[in-house]
Amino acid sequence: MKGDIISVQNLKKSYGKHIVLDGLNFKVERGSIFALLGENGAGKTTTVRILATLIQADSGIATIAGYNTHREPESVRQQISLTGQYASVDELLTGEENLMMMGRLNHLNRDAVKKRTSELLKQFELVNAAKKSVKTYSGGMRRRLDIAISLLVSPQVIFLDEPTTGLDPRSRRNMWNLIQQLSEDGVTIFLTTQYLEEADQLADKIAVIDNGKIVEEGTAEELKRMIGDEKLELTFDDLEVFQLASKLLQAQANEKERSISIQNGSPENLRNLLNTLHEHGIEPSSINFRKPTLDDVFIDITSRKRRGRSVHA
Amino acid sequence: MRKSKLYWALSDGWTMSQRSLKHIFREPESLLMAIGLPVAIMVMFVYIFGGAIETGTEYVNYVVPGVIITCAGFGSSLIAISVTQDMVGGLFERLRSMALLPSSLMVGHVTGGFVRNAIATTVIFLVAMLIGFRPNAGFTEWLGIIGLLSLFMFSLNWLFVAIGLITKSVETANAATFPMLFLPYVSSAFVPTETMPTWLHTFADNQPMTPLIETLRGLLIGTPIGNNAWFTILWFGSLLIISFILSVAIFKRRKKE
Repeated sequence: MKGDIISVQNLKKSYGKHIVLDGLNFKVERGSIFALLGENGAGKTTTVRILATLIQADSGIATIAGYNTHREPESVRQQISLTGQYASVDELLTGEENLMMMGRLNHLNRDAVKKRTSELLKQFELVNAAKKSVKTYSGGMRRRLDIAISLLVSPQVIFLDEPTTGLDPRSRRNMWNLIQQLSEDGVTIFLTTQYLEEADQLADKIAVIDNGKIVEEGTAEELKRMIGDEKLELTFDDLEVFQLASKLLQAQANEKERSISIQNGSPENLRNLLNTLHEHGIEPSSINFRKPTLDDVFIDITSRKRRGRSVHA
Repeated sequence: MRKSKLYWALSDGWTMSQRSLKHIFREPESLLMAIGLPVAIMVMFVYIFGGAIETGTEYVNYVVPGVIITCAGFGSSLIAISVTQDMVGGLFERLRSMALLPSSLMVGHVTGGFVRNAIATTVIFLVAMLIGFRPNAGFTEWLGIIGLLSLFMFSLNWLFVAIGLITKSVETANAATFPMLFLPYVSSAFVPTETMPTWLHTFADNQPMTPLIETLRGLLIGTPIGNNAWFTILWFGSLLIISFILSVAIFKRRKKE
């Protein structure tokens, strides 16, 4: 079954004078992985909290599977499960006991709880740790248990708020695999992240949030095409040389670091650049290739806005 | 498979209580503290200060009710810490995003706290017997003692649930346990109030701990009780009702945040 499972229209939320969400709009297709990408404080967690019925928006409409989060929170809660930023597992209980407890609180009967618990322990590779108290778990294990808990009742939408923040690289890889597997089972996944790479690896669609607004939306490919694949960064020792070079190259310059970023990092472009500089007797002190970061997305989007061009290419 | 709302409300309360009961033994520090501290106080008073305090009866017999109250009061106050932990950790959030009554969280803490307290007070009674405490209470008196102590613990449990709900950090919740260690000293728990300066004497005579201690003492060793039993029921009955209403109200407000 296709179609949109989450729809958000003109969502606004402020705390006192501080505007957190400033007219948010987006849609999430059923069965897809949707990533809300943004820096700390951009409004990611607030969005998740509104969708998960924990707080109410000041205005605007959000629906999940057709239910209004404000007017029908009970029905929404039956469709979703939330894994917050801080693992909400009980440290003193074992992994198995955590699952059993949450299973009962999800109003499954005893047999179903037992069955789901052993299935999930297997699926999340926690069988060996099942009888150990969560206190002894690593960060990655905790996060896995946390997500396992949210799958006890086969929700339609899973919210994962920064699922890999604070995990080591290997656990992060494992978490990505896990999220992909979940998605293959047909569940819709709504995740927030600060990492472009993570959104790139996982998401079918990415929405970039900045200052409570969606500033760009599209597939990872579309976003990357927008900001270029790999960047070339030239740095200079001398300020005057730097200024002359930035005039010649007409690119994004950072005066404090005396560096110039160039979007197109192809060998041909590099040769042309160096030739131009050479003709004026300039040599950069260093040349680096850099993968695009979230910063680049923001800089690109905001600089385009300033130049008055449409944000939506 | 549809079961009634009442069934699930009871089931949720029971599930959360089971969790708190497991915590008692998984993290025995609280239990040990709830026992160790009052025992230390009791031993100190009986062997160090007791000889110098004139109470008209064997000092150990005089002091046990006060120690029991200190123990139960301190034990209850620990609930504030565990409630705050759940509020600032993710559990509260998760329960709220599920289709259940999150207030079962409070029920769990109150039950767990009560059982931990019951264990601690029993141990204190036994230690007191070892160091010479000889109550002369009969069966009905013991029933009265259990009843009053239960009333006391439940009212304080709900009070500290309320405190745990408004507290924003675990450290602050920790500080909230402090008054419970000191309030008994300004009562007839360890010394007769007549020995205190007048202003303190007036406070000590009229704070809720004193009638409770006097009643317990009367039931345990047969000193006169007078109106103290009624005062106790009035004080802690009201506290129970107020704390309960307060907890539910604060809980509802926190849910909307």
